[in-house]
Amino acid sequence: MRQMMRREPPVTRPEPQVNHPDPAPSRLKYRLERLMLTPLFRVTLRVGLPLVIGFGATTWYFSYDSNREALMGQIAELRDAFETRPEFMVNLMAVDGAGDAVASDIRALLPLEFPISSFDLDLDAMRETVVALDAVETAQLRIRQGGVLQVEVVERVPAVLWRSGAGLQLLDASGVRVGPAQARAERPDLPVIAGPGAEAHVDEALALFDAAAPLAGRLRGLERVGERRWDVVLDRAQRIELPSRNAVQALERVLAMDEAVDMLARDIAAVDLRLPRRPTLRLRGGAVEDYWRIKALETGEQQQ
Amino acid sequence: MIELYESQRAMRNVRKAAMQRGVVAVLDVGSSKIACLVLRFDGTDGPMPDDGVGSLAGQTGFRVIGAATTRSRGVRFGEIAAMGETERAIRTAVQAAQRMAGIRVDHVIACFSGAEPRSYGLAGRVEIAGTMVTEQDVARVLSACDPPDIGVGREVLHAQPVNFALDHRSGLNDPRGQIGQELACDMHMLTCNAQAIQNLAHCVKRCDLELAGLASSAYVSGSAALVEDEQELGAACIDMGGGATGVSIFMKKHMIYADTVPMGGDHVTGDISMGLQIPMAMAERIKTFHGGVVATGMDDREMIEISGDTGDWHHDRRQVSRAELIGIMRPRVEEILEEVRACLDAAGFDHMPSQQIVLTGGASQIPGLDGLASRILGSQVRLGRPMRVHGLPQAATGPNFASAVGMCLFAAHPQDEWWDFEIPVDKYPVRSLKRALHWFRENW
Repeated sequence: MRQMMRREPPVTRPEPQVNHPDPAPSRLKYRLERLMLTPLFRVTLRVGLPLVIGFGATTWYFSYDSNREALMGQIAELRDAFETRPEFMVNLMAVDGAGDAVASDIRALLPLEFPISSFDLDLDAMRETVVALDAVETAQLRIRQGGVLQVEVVERVPAVLWRSGAGLQLLDASGVRVGPAQARAERPDLPVIAGPGAEAHVDEALALFDAAAPLAGRLRGLERVGERRWDVVLDRAQRIELPSRNAVQALERVLAMDEAVDMLARDIAAVDLRLPRRPTLRLRGGAVEDYWRIKALETGEQQQ
Repeated sequence: MIELYESQRAMRNVRKAAMQRGVVAVLDVGSSKIACLVLRFDGTDGPMPDDGVGSLAGQTGFRVIGAATTRSRGVRFGEIAAMGETERAIRTAVQAAQRMAGIRVDHVIACFSGAEPRSYGLAGRVEIAGTMVTEQDVARVLSACDPPDIGVGREVLHAQPVNFALDHRSGLNDPRGQIGQELACDMHMLTCNAQAIQNLAHCVKRCDLELAGLASSAYVSGSAALVEDEQELGAACIDMGGGATGVSIFMKKHMIYADTVPMGGDHVTGDISMGLQIPMAMAERIKTFHGGVVATGMDDREMIEISGDTGDWHHDRRQVSRAELIGIMRPRVEEILEEVRACLDAAGFDHMPSQQIVLTGGASQIPGLDGLASRILGSQVRLGRPMRVHGLPQAATGPNFASAVGMCLFAAHPQDEWWDFEIPVDKYPVRSLKRALHWFRENW
């Protein structure tokens, strides 16, 4: 009979009822969670705290000289290792477009010890240095493939010789100094200008030289007078004094007179066109006496 | 009466600040559970369309972003009985809700059902100053309502003007700008024990929260469970909670009466516990699974296992029929409904044009309750569930969350109360700048 009774499975009894309170967050936990839900606080925690910690740690680390130096040394080492890679090395300098003298001047001006890293080359400053040379008009510097520092130079072309107190100078067409000249005979192909302030009016002088082509055999040069106007100096100490304005036209007028009456071949000291409306001839001493004598003969005046 | 409403005005200001922050929590401090909803006001609440209300009865400006419920052990009959327990329960609910919302909540609007609410009807009458009714006239007529003797230790919980009358025209909602001579108003005032409010305020303060409003649970569950035409035509909402049953009568969209019967579902559970000699937890379980109020022949055959842990095999292996259970539950439910009937009779519910009765609250889920209630209360009885609001979790849509949902509506669109109107000029402190300004405006 007992075996026929249904066997109850062992009942898992619930815990005896004790009057313990419901689970609730403690005040501290509650406040902490509310604090964590405050947006400003969360931002401060997420951004501000790492920032402060990172900044503080860095400051502390670098407050020691040894650490700072070690880092600086490492940075310099890395930088050096990178800069001296063969890709960045410059091995030689090529100067194009310059004569030998100028090229050697440029080489002397840029004292580079090859090989050198291209990071150490200040191309702009070097270009300034090269352009500062009198004989160089423009210069281009670049680092070509294969580690070549390419210097492309356009030289100034001397157009006139300028005789000044300091000696003979070569000037180009815009009046910039090209270089000194030892003697006139060095450059017989160039015309000569002289006088103070002449170098500022080289273009005018060149126009005058062009106009004076018929006088080429006799032309000695041009002289700037009073920093205002030009004198054309011929051989036999003849001068053509040109006005300060329209000098070329005045010179052409003189040439026309010369062609008409062969004026310049005569014994005159100067043709004065400073007042263009009144060209004046200045005769030499002997010629004046001859002139007077001829005049006297013509007028039948008594000879003394 | 001015100093009486200082705290209410202060709470209004706190509510305004909370609306500006956009987040507010509502707290339903009930006898069986404490529910906390976190609302976010996103400002999408545009102007109300002219032809009626907008979608969701115009309650679209907010969204529930956090919800939590916890068992309430420190509240009896809808009043706080154990401060520590209640505070811990509030803390639990608020923490869980704000964790779900992922945002910190500082302002809370709370409601409770007990504390012996008493309704008073007030009437005021005043000659208006000019020809048109101004805000000042409204303020004066409100302050002309002679306050009843509410007794010592009582506090005003709600004071809502429900009707304005201008000369011979009554039933005005908003008399401002109308032309007349004599302005009268009817006001409904609800008072309750001040200690209950102080206890609740203290508990909320202990949780580092600021109280942004207080409401009667009967009122807010009525506004959630009654549909709009019921509120307009007249209806009573019976909020059957755990420890107290709230009764509120609505008419023309205003609450005109509220009361509380200090009995609820917990008493039914207690009866079952006593009658069957089982612990309360087991009684609650049996009530929710097998409870009912109308017995049929089949209920005699439906046997309910009653397990226990006394160690006495015969005691722990008893069985009762469902009819017996119903026999225990029904008298208590009838008693509650009889009390409600008495409340309604006292309020003169018989004379209302529409006598719709809506049952809501957790205890209204007893099967067959509507049939029993219609026999006791009247023929027009229905079971009401709270209206749907944005973002409310499915678990919080039942009738036991009627007051929590009503609190949402109360937080979003509170009805104008006495303290929301302007203070009449002659009641201002002497040095008030506003008074000087008013005098200036009157004279120039």
